[in-house]
Amino acid sequence: MRHIISILMENEAGALSRVAGLFSARAYNIESLTVAPTEDPSLSRMTIVTTGSEEIIEQITKQLNKLVDVVKLMDLTEGEHIERELAMVKLNTNGRYREEFKRLADIFRGNIIDVTDSTYTVELTGTDEKIDAFIKAIDSQYILEVVRTGVSGIARGERRLSL
Amino acid sequence: MELSGGEILIQYLKDEGVEYVFGYPGGAVLHIYDAIYGQEDVKHVLVRHEQAATHAADGYARATGKPGVVLVTSGPGATNAITGIATAYMDSIPMVIITGQVPSPVIGSDAFQEVDAVGITRPCVKHNFLVKDLSKLAETLKKAFYIATTGRPGPVVVDIPKDVTDPAIKIPYSYPKNVSMRSYNPVVKGHPVQIKRAVETIFSAKRPMIYSGGGVVLSGASNELTEFTRLIGSPITNTLMGLGAYPATDKQFVGMLGMHGTYEANMSMHECDVLIAIGARFDDRVTGKLEQFCPTAKIIHIDVDPASISKTVRVDIPIVGDVKLVLQDMLKIMNASDKKLDQEALQKWWAQIDEWRSKDCLAFDRGSELIKPQSVIETLYQVTNGDAFVTSDVGQHQMWAAQFYKFDQPNRWINSGGLGTMGFGLPAAMGVKLAYPDAHVACVTGEASIQMCIQELSTCLQYRLPIKIVNLNNRYLGMVRQWQEFFYEGRYSMSYMDALPDFVKLAEAYGHVGMRIEKPSDVEAAMKEAFAMKDRLVFLDFITDQTENVYPMIEAGKGHHEMHLSSERELA
Repeated sequence: MRHIISILMENEAGALSRVAGLFSARAYNIESLTVAPTEDPSLSRMTIVTTGSEEIIEQITKQLNKLVDVVKLMDLTEGEHIERELAMVKLNTNGRYREEFKRLADIFRGNIIDVTDSTYTVELTGTDEKIDAFIKAIDSQYILEVVRTGVSGIARGERRLSL
Repeated sequence: MELSGGEILIQYLKDEGVEYVFGYPGGAVLHIYDAIYGQEDVKHVLVRHEQAATHAADGYARATGKPGVVLVTSGPGATNAITGIATAYMDSIPMVIITGQVPSPVIGSDAFQEVDAVGITRPCVKHNFLVKDLSKLAETLKKAFYIATTGRPGPVVVDIPKDVTDPAIKIPYSYPKNVSMRSYNPVVKGHPVQIKRAVETIFSAKRPMIYSGGGVVLSGASNELTEFTRLIGSPITNTLMGLGAYPATDKQFVGMLGMHGTYEANMSMHECDVLIAIGARFDDRVTGKLEQFCPTAKIIHIDVDPASISKTVRVDIPIVGDVKLVLQDMLKIMNASDKKLDQEALQKWWAQIDEWRSKDCLAFDRGSELIKPQSVIETLYQVTNGDAFVTSDVGQHQMWAAQFYKFDQPNRWINSGGLGTMGFGLPAAMGVKLAYPDAHVACVTGEASIQMCIQELSTCLQYRLPIKIVNLNNRYLGMVRQWQEFFYEGRYSMSYMDALPDFVKLAEAYGHVGMRIEKPSDVEAAMKEAFAMKDRLVFLDFITDQTENVYPMIEAGKGHHEMHLSSERELA
């Protein structure tokens, strides 16, 4: 099962490597990991997408909670939540598909944020499935570069991860 | 009071009540060693290798319950300490390790004796710190001791760059009385609802069993465990780490469990209907094959570390909390209740256990013309009246010490259970002897293990530590040889200890007393003579039967009911 785990942690040097080290040392899967400071500069918020059986996920959350730098943790996938990922995709528009790529970007509600005679750079936000779908919709020979941020998530409604 | 970083460190250790620091100087810690010079409050013990500093501090911590403190330099000082840090981590021993670091401005430049100590220790510490700012030094030390000694204890590394201890820079210092960390608040009080459920389940048991581990020793919950066990009237087994937490000479004690545990302990695990796991972590050497672990039991698990619960074995009633507090709460409820366990069922259960006991699973050949290692441990037990602190290294001798020395008190059995670190025994014994100078301290070892930290015989002379070394010398890496005999058709690859030193002369060369014992009839007299020499370290080199194996044995990956009792005696 895929889980999205959100963590509030002390914004200290080395905090990220404690988390990354935990995942590699205990052979847990990590699909993506994002981290940035919050409105409180002493705290960082990390979002980890991982997969595993219920037992493994339980261990992951317990082991993460055990890290001294981790202040609070929430498994977003245990409730209603919103997830978003941002991608920037550079496309080769040398051929006859320049119009088609523009339409495709519109369909996926993407923005073309950089244009040259031979390229488009499309900015796209959404779930990782949506980004996967966009990439799949384009013939791979026209994709020059893909940059994805990894998933960030937030719980719906009153549920929130804060101190 | 204005102090430099080096002075703050030493003053802090004094204020924290630290008696001993085990360490080894070097470039990055010279300022600190200058602050140590000429003061008597914190005694520094100079070891001969940084690994030994960590084991000695570890032994001190295990025997006293107080945190062990280590001071080493940067680079190789820190890397040499790693084995000892990992040893303490695996067994949840409270330690604070101060590592010197190259000066802040050159960190990351591959400076002389630079290693990323925080990075390299991260997987084997409870937490670690790099002190970048002198003003944070005292506060960081406070946090380090707080984290090391609370919750599930463990080692904490504090890495201090050389410029932070510069004697020219002084700042005001006062001992930080309080510490609070929003991200670290271990739960110590058990949940009342879970405790109630556990008590009800215990009252309903017909074949109850208690399995307790090192957590009971660490929590200082021996008295509570004993009262609890007697109240229930059930059998109790201790893990390798938990020996002594319940008196081994008591009738309810069925011995150690696991791979080399007793038949009665393992069978009781297999057949019980309610298992009460207390401060134990279901290690693979204990559980054997997970699918066959306690197949008919409801499992209650009390542990201070939530991550230990349901890690390998799913439990029915988890209780997160300090075992001492949880047991006190359970005792209160049980003592106030008029319920009792089914006494008739309990009687039947004990009849079954007594039948298992009658197999006498620890029997060995007492008529042998060669010295049997088991008999050496038995003699050690008798000569020391069962009252010694016993440290051990790792291998066959460790298992025999665990099986044959009946520990009636906690904190007396000191061994590397989790990591299985050869070389642990001698330096650990140094820490114990410093803590309890008047007590008998024996290091049970083998001719292979002892050579991994043999240089500490020099430290023992310098600090006059009259440890008794009980060397079970079978000229083999005994446990490796045993596995090669059983599972590799007797291909003894690299397990023969060739070109051994003359241990008697070696002990003498270090200024100690050496004795070689080759006949069973000489064992007792030699042991008595050694222990009568109160102020000398005695190296007792027992030449033992090379072919002796540790029994009983459950092969890795087998169930508790599938034991070998001896080479002749198999069990279904």
